[in-house]
Amino acid sequence: MPLVEVEDLCVEFGPTSAPAIAVDHVSFALDEGEIVGLVGESGSGKSVTALALLGLIEFPGRVDAKRMTFAGHDLLHLSGAERRRLIGKDLAMIFQDPIASLDPCYTVGYQITEALAEHGSEAERRDGGARRLRAIELLEQVEIPDAAARLRAFPHQLSGGMAQRVMIATAIACNPRLLIADEPTTALDVTIQAQVLTLLERLAHERNMTLLLITHDLAVVAETAQRVLVMYAGQHVETGPVPDIFDAPRHPYTQALLAALPEHNLDRERLRAIPGHVPGAYDRPPACLLAPRCPYAVARCSAEAPAMHGPPGRASRCHFPLDDAGRPTHGWSAAERVAAT
Amino acid sequence: MPDVAPIATLEPAPVGPLKEFWRAYAQSRGALIGLGLCIALVLIAIFANVIAPHPPNEQYRDFTLTPPVWGAGGTARFILGTDPVGRDILSRLIHGTRLSLAIGVISVTISLTFGVILGLIAGYFRGLTETVIMRVMDVMLALPSLLLAIAVVAILGPGLANAMYAIAIVLLPHYVRLTRAAVIAEAGRDYVTSSRIAGAGTTRLMFSTILPNCLAPLIVQATLGFSNAILDAAALGFLGLGAQPPTPEWGSMLASALEFIQRAPWVVTFPGLAILITVLAFNLMGDGLRDALDPKLKR
Repeated sequence: MPLVEVEDLCVEFGPTSAPAIAVDHVSFALDEGEIVGLVGESGSGKSVTALALLGLIEFPGRVDAKRMTFAGHDLLHLSGAERRRLIGKDLAMIFQDPIASLDPCYTVGYQITEALAEHGSEAERRDGGARRLRAIELLEQVEIPDAAARLRAFPHQLSGGMAQRVMIATAIACNPRLLIADEPTTALDVTIQAQVLTLLERLAHERNMTLLLITHDLAVVAETAQRVLVMYAGQHVETGPVPDIFDAPRHPYTQALLAALPEHNLDRERLRAIPGHVPGAYDRPPACLLAPRCPYAVARCSAEAPAMHGPPGRASRCHFPLDDAGRPTHGWSAAERVAAT
Repeated sequence: MPDVAPIATLEPAPVGPLKEFWRAYAQSRGALIGLGLCIALVLIAIFANVIAPHPPNEQYRDFTLTPPVWGAGGTARFILGTDPVGRDILSRLIHGTRLSLAIGVISVTISLTFGVILGLIAGYFRGLTETVIMRVMDVMLALPSLLLAIAVVAILGPGLANAMYAIAIVLLPHYVRLTRAAVIAEAGRDYVTSSRIAGAGTTRLMFSTILPNCLAPLIVQATLGFSNAILDAAALGFLGLGAQPPTPEWGSMLASALEFIQRAPWVVTFPGLAILITVLAFNLMGDGLRDALDPKLKR
């Protein structure tokens, strides 16, 4: 049974008559011990999906889903106390700006042991000394040197990379089964990025912990993830294993994302960009969201909304999914192409 | 993927927060003077019984209106002279320090406690709760503070305790506004979301996570509120609504001495000077604290 099952998750903001749709009928499942990348550009709804999973979307956001379960618990109808017992212990999340995510008033040691005092083992909940030892152990696991002295540091005294490691230590303190990492390396420089990703990967393998890596950086995902979910404008448009999804993307958006990477544009003077702009709250296309910008769009794309279909584990939301050579299939004909607006 | 080396350099042990604060605070000479004066005032208040040469309410009928020791007819027995009923002014001033500091501490503590709680509730829950609380505070702020204090004392009756409650009420809206603004600014920050994810409930979020990060402006305002409280107490005492005779409160000493301003100016001057120095000391300290604690002013 998958650890996390999400079916038809919708998150909207604003008035019910004219809502701004942040997440549009997203469905996915995460197995135990998997490392999954959730990729999309800014505004595609990746972070909102994660926050909705944790129940952190508050008014004026509205969350609705056909199913949203974690290890069998129904996440949609949890009471406040039940949710607090679940998240923090079995579900954890780390954020983009590590220094802003740590409370500036308290030492690093206090913040790590805070979660232990609530969700830790018997000994940890009772004894401050046991918590302190565990905090030192956690800091050593995330490769922070001189861990015992570092316990007394305040967040503003740490560098970005250190702070992110402290965040990771806090998150894994109670041995969560699912760790959601929301752009964990975006605020860090490249060398530290590599270290943090290696660390996350190692921790996930050692603890059989599911890691949901949310990022806009395809390189991060290619490096670390086993499976990728691609999101566009709040919709889930493709899913596939790494490296298959990068070698042979099925959805034109994924293909365009890959084509825009500098590595794939070495022979050109200008990067291949996707024309047009991401639909905002009030200009969502009626059918396929990518139709106005897609190089392969035909009349059907603006008339009929595509559903996710394809072999299991390799689905995409397109009427004419691309084949291994990158050409649309399923009866697409170049003659019917509608010019991108 | 090639092995990446772990972090190699050892950073020096971080400086403790108290030392860091002292270093920032001690940069301003005014702040140090303020701190020195405040400590001196506290010591005077604590050891009043020992320092004062005479009991504050003892009337020396043979020595009414004696000038200070340097004036004509002054004696070393009453260094700052005596008041119209023969009480030693120096001793009364020293014992008055106790009262003034007590007024400051009690009024500010009461005001701060309720103000912070109301501000937290308003800033955290927003919506109708916030509107109700803030509009009530706006009404209180619309009235001049002294008038409001007089109104409260008129309802409760004159006396030092009632004067303290009145002053606490007058100071309340400032703390509520300050706390609410700080809470709103902090509540949207990432670490609050982090805490929420770690499972913190409402009370814990409000008091343990958000409140400590709002303390800096509150500490400064509390120190400045101290001097406000002392001034207001003196004003109330001057109007006869605060401390009642024979309590040696500085404001009441001023009130009872007004008619002697030409004949025996020392009876008016010294209590006034005492108020001036105390208020100055707390204001200097408050300014120093603000410079040291306000992150926006950090150099």
